[in-house]
Amino acid sequence: MILKTLFSQLLTKPATNRFPAKYMPKSVLGFLSRVKEGKATIVPPVPVPPRFRGKIAYSREKCIGCQLCIRVCPAKVIEFLPEAKKIRMHVARCTFCAQCVDACPVDALAESGGFLLSDTDRSSAALTVQ
Amino acid sequence: MPETQNVYEIPIGPIHPALKEPVRFTFQVEGERIRAVDVRAGFAHRGIEFMGMRRNLIQTLYLSERICGICSISHPIAITLAVERAAGIEVPPRAQYLRVIFSELERIHSHLLWAGVAAHELGFDTLLHLTWKVREQVLDILEELSGNRIDYAIPIYGGVRRDISPEQIPKVEAMIRYYRGLLEELVDAFLRDPSVAARTRDVGVLTPEEADLLCAVGPTARASGLSKDVRQDRPYLVYGELGVKAITPRDWGLEPRGDVYDKAVVRLLEVGQSLDLIETCLYEMPEGEITSFPKIPALLAHLKKAEGEGLGWHEAPRGEVIHYIRLEAGVEEPVAWKVKAPTYSNLMSWVPMFADQEIADIPIIAASIDPCICCMDRVHMVRDGSPATLLKEDLLRLSREKTERLTGHPSPVTRHGGGL
Repeated sequence: MILKTLFSQLLTKPATNRFPAKYMPKSVLGFLSRVKEGKATIVPPVPVPPRFRGKIAYSREKCIGCQLCIRVCPAKVIEFLPEAKKIRMHVARCTFCAQCVDACPVDALAESGGFLLSDTDRSSAALTVQ
Repeated sequence: MPETQNVYEIPIGPIHPALKEPVRFTFQVEGERIRAVDVRAGFAHRGIEFMGMRRNLIQTLYLSERICGICSISHPIAITLAVERAAGIEVPPRAQYLRVIFSELERIHSHLLWAGVAAHELGFDTLLHLTWKVREQVLDILEELSGNRIDYAIPIYGGVRRDISPEQIPKVEAMIRYYRGLLEELVDAFLRDPSVAARTRDVGVLTPEEADLLCAVGPTARASGLSKDVRQDRPYLVYGELGVKAITPRDWGLEPRGDVYDKAVVRLLEVGQSLDLIETCLYEMPEGEITSFPKIPALLAHLKKAEGEGLGWHEAPRGEVIHYIRLEAGVEEPVAWKVKAPTYSNLMSWVPMFADQEIADIPIIAASIDPCICCMDRVHMVRDGSPATLLKEDLLRLSREKTERLTGHPSPVTRHGGGL
């Protein structure tokens, strides 16, 4: 079985997705800036399933400031803003259980497909939802 | 010439490139032969029960999921069963079937993970890569059904959080067909391969008597021929109706020897058993609610009022996992939470398994019980800043004292040798 599989693999596509480029660029940051300028194309990541639990999307208008999400959040991601009666989420701590989405009485929170969340600054704008 | 002159001591761990997790072995070796071994655990103690007792029950549920990255359905199932018994919560039938489906999917991915690790420990990395490549299918299905690749966040007190929609059923069926076709090839690659057999036959033997005496659980016990499976012995959820039978090497027409080869037999056969269970559940699953508490505030209020104690058990891929929980009315946090992970029961099996084996077989024997040290470590002894050792009598006394303290009633076992 093994020999058959090994030889057949010479002719088939690799099992892994070649993200972000077919061949490893010399500098990933340089490659990404070239992608931004439109000089290079990125190999897209594998699409996520429809009900993927990614970065939580927050609708500030719908939020009534009930703090139920803060009570159920296991990782203490959510901070309450008392003046505005709204919340701020620190995504760097999030465990993506989406219990806050289930708990929200007004559907102000939702699961989004976003998962490319790496950053060098844990309090950057990309990792803060408010 | 005294024998002891030729015996050398080799310490391995707690931090060692061959170990995935911190645990320390001290081997007494004579030439290439292991004469004795001493195992020391306690390096990965995280105080997770203490943390859980300072969070409300919903937060503790997700903390329990993080006891183990591989058993991330088993621990939540055990804690939800415990809390449901303590708080008198009914689980709708459809939710029970869904829990079974998810825990069997987890068993498939855990056993395939183990098979890959075992191949790697044998030095057969081609097989590791092939096994882990096919493991992606079940992880994709878990991601499709739960939304997460690991740490699925599926069970909740009173039910489950996600249903399997009619559009998803064909995908699960396709996965079952994929593995059915593949299983024979995997069995061929592992069990009919002469080099795998040469490295695993009669290596790391655990006799049925030793397995029984040391209270081994899960595939470790079943490989020795013990018909021991929580799903069969104390059925929960819908496992009683599904009629699960413990799988031993006899199901493959072999008399159990309790060696590493038999452990691979049991785990690979259990992949097939899990596929059958998932298929049965998909067709027999009744329509209906998936949780008895669709509103989270109502669940929180019910749990706050609840008073009582509960025990939840589940056959995790590695063996029996037990959660004990005690709730008091008016308090959101559990007053007591105790976790017994399968590796805790299996750890002592290492001692007879290592006896009279070769040094080169240490990695595969250590891996053969599928150890999960971070699940298991519940205590770390420190006395005056240095590690301390406790003997069996002290441990018994301390554990009985803790049982009395946690449960609030005297230990049913009579004390002997105590200072009372």
